Amino acid sequence: MQTEVLIIGGGITGAGIARDLALRGVNCVLAEKLDINAGASGANHGLLHSGARYVSSDLALAKECWEEASLLKRMAPQCIDNTGGLFVAVVGDDEKYVADFPHLCAQSHIPVREVDLKDAHEMEPALSDQIIAVYQVEDAAIDPFKLSMENIFQACEFGCNMLRHTEVIGFVKDNRRIQATRMRNSLTGKTFLIEAEQIVNATGAWAGLVSGLAGIDIHILFSKGSLLVTHSRITKQVVNRLRPSSNADILVPGGTVSILGTTSIRIDAIEDIRPTVQEMDMIVGEGAKMLPVLEKTRYIRAYAGVRPLVGSSSDGNDRGVSRAFALINHEGQGLNNFVTITGGKLTTYRLMAEKTADLVCRRLNVTSPCRTIADPLPSAQAAQWTEPGLAPRLWLKHHEPEDVLICECEMVPKSTVDCIIDSIHQQNGQPDLKAIGVRSRIGKGACQGTICGIRLLAYLYHKGELNTDQGLKSLREFLRERWRGVRPLLWDMPLIQAEMQEALYCGLFGLELYNDSNE
Amino acid sequence: MTDPKIIECDLLVIGTGMAGSAAALFAANRGVSVVQVGIISEIIFASGLLDLMGVHPIQKQRIWDNPWAAIDTVSKDIPGHPYAKLNEKDIRNAFAETLSFFTSAGIRYSSYKNRNVRVLTPVGTIKPTYCVPHTMWAGVKALEDQQPCLIVDIHGLKGFNARQITVMVKQYWPGIHSASIAFPDTGHLSEVYPEQMARALELASNREKLAKVIRPFVKDYHVVGVPAILGLYHTQDILNDLQEKIGVPIFEIPTMPPSVTGLRIKEAFEKYLPKIGVRLFTQKRVLDVDTIDSGKRFVSKVGDDKIHFKVLAQGIILASGRFIGKGLHADRKQIHETIFDLPVYQTGDRSRWHLKDFLDSRGHPINRAGLETDHLFRPFDRSGHPAFQRLFAIGSILAHQDWIRMKCGSGLAIATAYKAVNAFIDMIDAQ
Repeated sequence: MQTEVLIIGGGITGAGIARDLALRGVNCVLAEKLDINAGASGANHGLLHSGARYVSSDLALAKECWEEASLLKRMAPQCIDNTGGLFVAVVGDDEKYVADFPHLCAQSHIPVREVDLKDAHEMEPALSDQIIAVYQVEDAAIDPFKLSMENIFQACEFGCNMLRHTEVIGFVKDNRRIQATRMRNSLTGKTFLIEAEQIVNATGAWAGLVSGLAGIDIHILFSKGSLLVTHSRITKQVVNRLRPSSNADILVPGGTVSILGTTSIRIDAIEDIRPTVQEMDMIVGEGAKMLPVLEKTRYIRAYAGVRPLVGSSSDGNDRGVSRAFALINHEGQGLNNFVTITGGKLTTYRLMAEKTADLVCRRLNVTSPCRTIADPLPSAQAAQWTEPGLAPRLWLKHHEPEDVLICECEMVPKSTVDCIIDSIHQQNGQPDLKAIGVRSRIGKGACQGTICGIRLLAYLYHKGELNTDQGLKSLREFLRERWRGVRPLLWDMPLIQAEMQEALYCGLFGLELYNDSNE
Repeated sequence: MTDPKIIECDLLVIGTGMAGSAAALFAANRGVSVVQVGIISEIIFASGLLDLMGVHPIQKQRIWDNPWAAIDTVSKDIPGHPYAKLNEKDIRNAFAETLSFFTSAGIRYSSYKNRNVRVLTPVGTIKPTYCVPHTMWAGVKALEDQQPCLIVDIHGLKGFNARQITVMVKQYWPGIHSASIAFPDTGHLSEVYPEQMARALELASNREKLAKVIRPFVKDYHVVGVPAILGLYHTQDILNDLQEKIGVPIFEIPTMPPSVTGLRIKEAFEKYLPKIGVRLFTQKRVLDVDTIDSGKRFVSKVGDDKIHFKVLAQGIILASGRFIGKGLHADRKQIHETIFDLPVYQTGDRSRWHLKDFLDSRGHPINRAGLETDHLFRPFDRSGHPAFQRLFAIGSILAHQDWIRMKCGSGLAIATAYKAVNAFIDMIDAQ
């Protein structure tokens, strides 16, 4: 396979670069070892930062966030819920920090408004009565799945080729160039080469591992962050704790749910990242200081991601390491057609993509300018189904008489599944439970896939999308993925749900008696 | 305000699942006056299959052909397992008495005496069990003998696809094939439900229509498998009638819950237990229990969000189930028993309740949590003695078992009910 640019990594950075290059007329391939947003892009708050969070630690980043967030609100409004945000201090929080905050915001030209405590309670009745100061900023919620998918959809329209389940296993080097990249399809095991003029390593936390295959050392710190999803939406706006960045500081609304997090835990290895019971209890306890209802509310799922941090902190606290992005050209390390982009924020993904594409285009002698700064991101129908609450809204408003619900918790109908299946085929993929789960709300409601998993599987056989006994493997993988997110939250109602799931899948189906090898 | 009325009885059974219903049945059969209270919800999730003992040790995934040998072994290996407190004769008698009740209620069961069977599930897996509704028996034989078999699914029935089932088992059952039909008179519906079809098949005219739809597909197949929809009340007659019309044996495949097979059991208990004298109160819970006469008699408040009546009983059988049945409840720190606050055998803190992999063959430790009892199934208090002289705990709430993974749920429920009821009667007689 030949292309001008090979982009490695199907997170938001890779998706953004693919779109940016495709719009400049550059031919590219986007390769992802799992599926869209499988790393940190799919395991974050979905927060579009106003920048206010970084005014005390990194003024440049704060400003960058502010500018990019303002731009994205115009360019991709369909991915954004412009909720606004609050910074809230409670009794015991550092009063000097509270007092400095509005001035620091003003210095970076980030709009901030002090809110009377009584008004704050009216805006957000869930706020604690222990709050001592509240400021309003222009934070917003953004759907990272929709954002990545729409970037990829447009990139593909302009000729980009997306390869899912395709992993880099090595590079063929000649002098100062990578001649070819050795790839493996993880589903079929087939290996092949991609010859590209330029290679972009946009693999986030995996950047060091990928560059290592090319003999290049990048020092990356891994900071694990865990988050929880509530069963129902707690606040209208984003709520931040008004203190230096710490654990469980932010609650972000997302459609009909809220997302609470995070932690920052240094880890050594990045495979098999899971949220733990201890993290959950800590996050719930801390979050409840701002919003006491978080102590009692029902949680539906947890997840964990890894922030790639480039550089180091002086005091050993990863909260102190910059969240700015790193664009490395590797020329000093002896390679002329390889670039790494890592670190950064979801909020600044577009800028990261622009800077990377600029570098790549200079090397390719492509002179067309970046278009993502002025061209709105087109909506794509198949990319809209990750939004919590959208499917029920549409279903209740109108549905065709022959349509039926596959997932009743989140009201996802057959027609939506069909739309997603088509979009996966368009990108040369094969639909399975996990791939459809990533692109919709299936498995994300109260039953966590217990019922809809079986229904979706039967439907895939009905449609002929599955034809062999691989469905059992698909079901097991889907269950494992869901389990990863519920295991640390199993008390009260979710524990009952888990018992039902086991009674069905193990009690009735005996699925645990099948091994991966004898499927 | 008037005091709530008081109902007197010998025995109060808390729980309307398999264990509680078996206990009510055994007690009523022995002339004991019984009040049974519980929310009938879990039982409709029942598959209709009666497991006795199938897998042990679960981490080795060892599936036993002979359930009695498996019971012997698990009793030796896990001395705390409820089966270790039971003997084979009692378990056999308990099963026989339960099956005879089901027969009188119109649900015929089939099993081998000393052998487990294998049953095809709606996802195409094979599950080991002991005793199956007779409507599934032809499927057990067909799988054993690998007979040429046709699996039929129905347009609009979600979660049941015949092709899925057949491709899953094809490698060891090559003669199995699939077909897809529309259930008579449902062409205008985008979705059909097992219960709705089961009710329709109670009418002979609908059976004639269904047979007509299936018949052209039968060809040389020896046997036909369908989702479990063969009626709610006259299942045996419906099966016979359809077999005659189609010309080959038919068998049911369990469907996802809530299923017709679960519904049949619910209806049988609700309709026939009162006929043998059980005073059954469904959709009610026991809110609180006090003792009088120095712990010899119990006064239980029964209701929903308020008290409806009190039950004065000489003994209580606690068959309230685990988390689904709400016999146990877990907060973030530990597991509680919900009615008496009995001590619960815990399996570490929450980080140890569940394993990383949902399907880990060792089974989740929390499943072994529950009530510990003496040899008569009287739950212990915190000092390790029976909490009350005549309080018994039976079924899935008991500790040191994993009914889901060991495939022993119904056997445990029925056999522990049998022993507890007999122990209660012995105590009353001795008085």
